[in-house]
Amino acid sequence: MAELIQLEKVSKTYGRADAEVQAVKDVSLSVEEGELVAVTGASGSGKSTLMHILGCLDVPTSGTYTFAGEDVSEFSEARLAQVRNRRIGFVFQQFHLLPRLSAWRNVELPLLYAGGRGRRERALGALEQVGLANRVEHRPNELSGGQQQRVAIARALVTEPDLILADEPTGNLDSTSSREVLDLLLRLHGDGHTVVVITHDPDVARVTRREVQMRDGEIVAERKR
Amino acid sequence: MSWYSILATGMRSLLGHRLRSILTTLGILFGVAAVICTVGIGEASAASVTSRIASLGTNLLTVTPGAATSSGVSQGAGTSGTLTMSDAEGLADRSDAPDIQAVAPVVEGSETLINGSTNWSTTVTGSGPGWLLASARTVSEGSFITAHDVSTQAHVAVLGSETASELDAGVGSNVTVDGVPFQVVGVLTSSGSTGFTDEDDLAVVPITTAQDDFFGGSETVERILLSASSPATLGSAYEEANDLLLQTHHIASPADADFQITSQSSVLSTAQAVTQTLTALLASVAAIALLVGGIGVMNIMLVSVTERTSEIGLRKAVGATPSDLFRQFVAEAAVLTLAGGLLGVAIGLLAGLVIPRLFGIAIDITALPVAIALAVSIAVGLVFGVYPASRAARLAPIEALRTE
Repeated sequence: MAELIQLEKVSKTYGRADAEVQAVKDVSLSVEEGELVAVTGASGSGKSTLMHILGCLDVPTSGTYTFAGEDVSEFSEARLAQVRNRRIGFVFQQFHLLPRLSAWRNVELPLLYAGGRGRRERALGALEQVGLANRVEHRPNELSGGQQQRVAIARALVTEPDLILADEPTGNLDSTSSREVLDLLLRLHGDGHTVVVITHDPDVARVTRREVQMRDGEIVAERKR
Repeated sequence: MSWYSILATGMRSLLGHRLRSILTTLGILFGVAAVICTVGIGEASAASVTSRIASLGTNLLTVTPGAATSSGVSQGAGTSGTLTMSDAEGLADRSDAPDIQAVAPVVEGSETLINGSTNWSTTVTGSGPGWLLASARTVSEGSFITAHDVSTQAHVAVLGSETASELDAGVGSNVTVDGVPFQVVGVLTSSGSTGFTDEDDLAVVPITTAQDDFFGGSETVERILLSASSPATLGSAYEEANDLLLQTHHIASPADADFQITSQSSVLSTAQAVTQTLTALLASVAAIALLVGGIGVMNIMLVSVTERTSEIGLRKAVGATPSDLFRQFVAEAAVLTLAGGLLGVAIGLLAGLVIPRLFGIAIDITALPVAIALAVSIAVGLVFGVYPASRAARLAPIEALRTE
């Protein structure tokens, strides 16, 4: 299997020289296509910063990040936006659905920036995949938390990205909804998607074959099952 | 992202904040409507002032006698009888004064006219055939006084339209003026002027007849009306009249002149300057209203950017480039101001129809101020939308996503 993600001695530093915070220190990590990986750690362990770098939302201070064969560490904001649009699907803890748009309009959003035709059909297809074909015209506030997160997953799926990046996807959900969302992520992995989940929920970590543990900005342990 | 998608996205977000969008639009709307109406009122009043003064004759010069000086005390303009019929004849000489088209010496008195059992007091003007042209008047019925009437001291009269109707007289009627019988040969076209004096209530008779019958045979005239061949030659006509009169009156220095020459165009240009200043004043107040509206748009757009930080973050995360977001926010501002501008034009045009009927204020709406107001409103949207839009474009996606 080809490597999708390759981090080499990646560091991220915030703040000015006198009050510097090193959120991620010399992290090297590679993820192959089709893998399901959990990144775990307490809050402040640097896992969110790592997720921002993996998701091309931020660039490393030093080190190189090769994503799908391209070194993206020095990309401009516009090129990073293009990588995010075409190759990465995000699932956030707070769902981040736009409240005034219906479910399908929310799912359509990445396609809007990608351009192209048949956006409504593709959005409806993605909603069907997450089992919400009967909720396409509902607004986020008319949906349960679990349903909202499934809309968010449909939005992540709709561009058929190389990587699905989920940041605490079950953090705001009750246990039943958590289970549903988790099953959905597992199913996507089963379909061949590469999924990286950032979490501190041991139940989530337990279902993944590979777990990367972080503490103080460094990878301290890696487990494979 | 295509412009169509950007506009559609912008519209969707504006419709999502309906009340706010409407209130923002109102600022621009009233600004544009105010600009259109005030400029319209200004144009209408300028046109009305110009036409009123022009109806008195823009190429008209009036020669009046200078002030008589008695023991060094000026007795005021028009008190001395320094203008005579020979002055008028001299001015009528084409070779000496080529730019003067018509000359009309005038004497005036108030007399009672009688037609049968009807009597009416009015101003009787004694003048010659040049009076018609020099006063910018026309005859609606019959004819005007001829040079022959003047040389033969004919007892003929031409009546103003109001005088004719008050006396119940027309062409062919016989009226007596101060007991002397005159035959009415013409009636003047109504001037429609509502100036200081009623231009339609008068009677015109040959000047020689008037001097003989009402002024005891005096050769002096009260004033001489001159008409330049065109408004362009008014200046040279003035020079010719001035030189000729100085020469015939044997006056060496123009400062000692015993006459004055005034023109309607000097009055006209003063009046036009006044209305232009007023229009500019009104329009600038309206322009300030438009500017305030524009600042309102910027304020709302800034609030909108701050409020939608998380939305901006999400859009960036799913692939919006800084340029996409910049264009989206500029488009939103432009749509707001364009809507305000178009509605403002509609309200302005409506006011142009309604205000004249309700308040009797004339409004002339021309295409130029409408186009300018619309263009300015769009420009305002673009200019005041740029700063908020660039703030939206510059937001770092992770910062934006972190905000809740």
